[in-house]
Amino acid sequence: MLRYTLLRIFGAIPTLLLVIVLAFLMVHAAPGGPFDDERILPAATAANLEAAYHLDEPLHRQFLRYMSGLLRGDLGPSYYYRGQSVSERIGAAFPHSVRLGALAMALALLTGVTAGTVAALREGTAVDKIVMGVSMTGISIPVFVIAPILVLLFAVKLHWLPAGWSGETGVRRFILPVITLALPQIAYIARLTRASMIEVLGKDFIRTARAQGLGTATVVRVHALKPAMLPVLSYMGPAIAAILTGSVVVEEIFGIPGVGQQFVRSAINRDYTLVLGIVIFYATLIVSLNLVVDILYGVIDPRVRHR
Amino acid sequence: MKSLRMFFLCALFAVAAACGGAGEPAGPPDTLQRGLPTDPETLDHHKARTTQAAEVIRDLSEGLVGYSATGELVPAAAERWELSDDGLKYTFHLREGLSWSNGDALVAGDFVAGLRRLVDPSTAAVYAHMIADIENASGIVSGDIPVSMLGAEAPDDRTLVLRLTQPTPYLLGLLTHPSTFPIHRKSVEEHGDGFARPGKLVSNGAYVLDAWVPGSLISLRRNEQYWNDAATAISAVNYHIVVQNNSEMNRYRAGELHITSTVPPDSFAQIQEQYGEQLRLAPYLGVYYYGFNLTKPPFRDNPALRQALSMAVDREQLTEKVLGRGEAPAYSWVHPGVADYEPPQATFASLSKEEREQVARRLYKEAGYGADNPLKFEVRYNTNDTNKKIAVAIQSMWRDVLGVEATIINEEAQVWLANMKEAEVTQVFRASWIADYADAHAFLSLLQSGASMNMPRYRNDEYDRLMGLAADQADPEQRSLYLEEAERVMLADHPVIPIYFFNSRHLVSPEVAGWGDNVLDYHYSQHLSFKAAQ
Amino acid sequence: MIGNRTIRMAGGILLAVAAAALVGPWLSPHDYAATNFDRILASPSLGDMHLFGTDDLGRDLFVRTMLGIRVTLLVAIVASLVSLVIGVAYGAIAGFVGGRVDAVMMRLVDTLYALPFIFFVILLMVAFERNFLLIFVAIGAINWLDMARIVRGQTLSLREREFVEAARLTGVSTLRIVFRHIAPNLIGIVVVYVTLTIPQAILVESFLSFLGLGVQEPQTSLGALVNSGVGLMGRASWALLIPATLLALVLMCFNFLGDGLRDAFDARHES
Repeated sequence: MLRYTLLRIFGAIPTLLLVIVLAFLMVHAAPGGPFDDERILPAATAANLEAAYHLDEPLHRQFLRYMSGLLRGDLGPSYYYRGQSVSERIGAAFPHSVRLGALAMALALLTGVTAGTVAALREGTAVDKIVMGVSMTGISIPVFVIAPILVLLFAVKLHWLPAGWSGETGVRRFILPVITLALPQIAYIARLTRASMIEVLGKDFIRTARAQGLGTATVVRVHALKPAMLPVLSYMGPAIAAILTGSVVVEEIFGIPGVGQQFVRSAINRDYTLVLGIVIFYATLIVSLNLVVDILYGVIDPRVRHR
Repeated sequence: MKSLRMFFLCALFAVAAACGGAGEPAGPPDTLQRGLPTDPETLDHHKARTTQAAEVIRDLSEGLVGYSATGELVPAAAERWELSDDGLKYTFHLREGLSWSNGDALVAGDFVAGLRRLVDPSTAAVYAHMIADIENASGIVSGDIPVSMLGAEAPDDRTLVLRLTQPTPYLLGLLTHPSTFPIHRKSVEEHGDGFARPGKLVSNGAYVLDAWVPGSLISLRRNEQYWNDAATAISAVNYHIVVQNNSEMNRYRAGELHITSTVPPDSFAQIQEQYGEQLRLAPYLGVYYYGFNLTKPPFRDNPALRQALSMAVDREQLTEKVLGRGEAPAYSWVHPGVADYEPPQATFASLSKEEREQVARRLYKEAGYGADNPLKFEVRYNTNDTNKKIAVAIQSMWRDVLGVEATIINEEAQVWLANMKEAEVTQVFRASWIADYADAHAFLSLLQSGASMNMPRYRNDEYDRLMGLAADQADPEQRSLYLEEAERVMLADHPVIPIYFFNSRHLVSPEVAGWGDNVLDYHYSQHLSFKAAQ
Repeated sequence: MIGNRTIRMAGGILLAVAAAALVGPWLSPHDYAATNFDRILASPSLGDMHLFGTDDLGRDLFVRTMLGIRVTLLVAIVASLVSLVIGVAYGAIAGFVGGRVDAVMMRLVDTLYALPFIFFVILLMVAFERNFLLIFVAIGAINWLDMARIVRGQTLSLREREFVEAARLTGVSTLRIVFRHIAPNLIGIVVVYVTLTIPQAILVESFLSFLGLGVQEPQTSLGALVNSGVGLMGRASWALLIPATLLALVLMCFNFLGDGLRDAFDARHES
């Protein structure tokens, strides 16, 4: 188990390296720079800015400079947010994204698995059809349509929930963003669980358990849930990526200063270091989470471990 | 299996626990809640470049002069000043007993240090060219002359002398710009580039920086050391960063904001109806225009064709029907809100729509175009809802009136900018210009040949000559006449199609008093108060 | 639960929508780009044939919606085909050749997976001149990863089957094996995944429109219409509800279709 883990960790390093190189090239390939905006600067000022941020150096020199900083753990200064470092910006934004994402993921798992299990147990009935129908809708309506409608209804018209983020404290301000973000994932997980649960429930060992007189709840909980969860578990990787992506829209609409929002802004502002920093951050996150998922898979399914 | 469920439950509780944690400070009940559309890139007034950063900085810091709530120039840190007869030397006298927020005395040397830091190449300040008229400033920015040679001196702690290279009537206006504000030398020495943070920033304005939650909230607290603190009614200000203007309006509706930074353009009519007096509209010193690339055909050396296109644009329909946000159609280049200046109007401003279209069609034909040979070109604009609506509308106007086949191209901001700068692929492009100071020069300098912002690449010797005459003219009246003549010359050439003048739009809660509409859209928190408190 | 009936219904609705989109604009007297500043945001009425009303520039929404459907479907199908071609080729080669090559190729897929797709898309869109073709390519270039993985997995298992062994033993060339034996067996799963990638492609295009990077004016897509509609909520709700409903309908139908096909495919294989 340990060897497996270590191997995977080492294997991730060249992946990350490739990601960094690709991202660096792409970011510099885009036209425009961090200091261009509607006020075109006089030549002398522009030259000073470029010199201050080493943008007048050849590309490979800039890359080496970036890499040596990276190896020391320094993600560099933000080009747009002058006087702030990339680590600071990401550090300030990250907790918001994490809370949002983790809550959304937890909500999605709990609701999705429950809904899918219920649908599977009541396969073919009206309950099943309703659950599946609702989850289908959840996948089909884009986030940026659902979110404004929810805000209009719950915040503006009913005043039940806050419309915004800053200046508020507590859990209430999370409710709408988390629900919005979780909805598509609830749908996917419900469908996956349902299909997988139906398959597992049809297996012999379940029939055996039932024949032994165990109640449905026990059967599900003790015998069926674990194997049924395997496809859901392998979906976790893409699910996390989807939540990271979806969080961009949700963060924009609710004004949550998270990493997703920061990423779009910095791509538009051509804040090279911040974009790169976020890409590296995302990539590391996804790679590590995939690793965790793999390990969990190994824990749950012994067949995988002894490969 | 149990372990799996345990894992998920634990994760959920951990996360939920983390959520109940501290939010941002909401402030005491008489805190002013204002909206801000983006996170300021910095609060270091030399490195800042957006208007949002400037807005917050104006509450934190102060320069020699400032503006009143209604937009008049008033003394700020300086209580009086003199200008030499040749217009080349300004002497400012600072108020007595000025101090920084930490108690240190604020002296003229701090202003000199500020100006030096502005032009210092290593600061790489975006607005270094603001004070280009001060002796040696340009040379210092290019790195040819040492910083100490800047034409700014402090003969004593309460006197500041500025030496200029040419009479600059708008210098006082320039000195309201945050980039000219003083610095607290010890802080900058100690903290370097990171001095503009809560707990480190020492300010000389009405407020101090209490907290800054990036992307979310900036909290300001009263600066008791401010010379005019007695007149500051509001003790705490929260700037909420709300990117989407629909969200901002929702928060205003929900009572979470007292002042919004703007109003969603799509709901303007509704808002006007619903909020009446709370919607504050004022002209704003900016012009929205379409520029021609004058270095390439078909618009090079073809003023008549350009005129035809300009006349075919129905500005009234654009501002009233398409946009419907109270903006004024533009028939001149300089904003009519600029003081002491009468902008000349385009020759066709007085014609009726039918007459204009007739003349336009004639000019179009004379230029050699017609139904069998329509004019084809591309219009580029940066991604934005307003730009899109205007582009589509103008495209159809040109098609309906002249039969022109214009292709509109939506470009991402940086791409649009790069294309304009290069002037290789552009033919017609959308642009806008916001004045940095309230003077006709702020608009007209754009179109001087060689100006870096001269996107159309306009080159007219007569125009340059008149602008040169105005620059050397110390007498304000004569100067205005030169500028007006220059504008007249330029308008007749049609290097640009001015479309409308900007306005500022804010929702201001009925609880707030002291709001003054002004063309620069400066609303210092220190001028505001809560009505209930009175 | 999902059976032939679902496939037929979902497929039928899709065809009906596509047909309406093709024929609809012909039936209306309005041009999709014709502005009319006196009839801005008119509500739907039969009076002047503005079946869906007009938008904020006075353009007829019925014709624009129909055109939007065309564009959305076109983008989605072409983008999915692009990702299909790339994904199948990549996955089949990796799966068939196996060993080191497979490991390297899949490592590359992992790398690309780790790069958030918005990043790619935004940078592609901003770096190059906005044109229609590029949108397909951008979307297709993101989605091929899943396809490649699935195809590789399928190819790997197919490779071990007897008929492939037999073909190899009798000296059939690798290329021939891939084309005549492996490819036909991939069709089933590929078709299923294409119908499932299409909704993804549609959502990506909508997201691009949300960021302001989608199709160029005066062209439009369902995603672009929905985005404009969001801003008009309350003032002209039909401008949001109609395209949003159609978008949701199209997405649901593709999802159901994909589900149905997958069930049918699985059932066939089980037996």
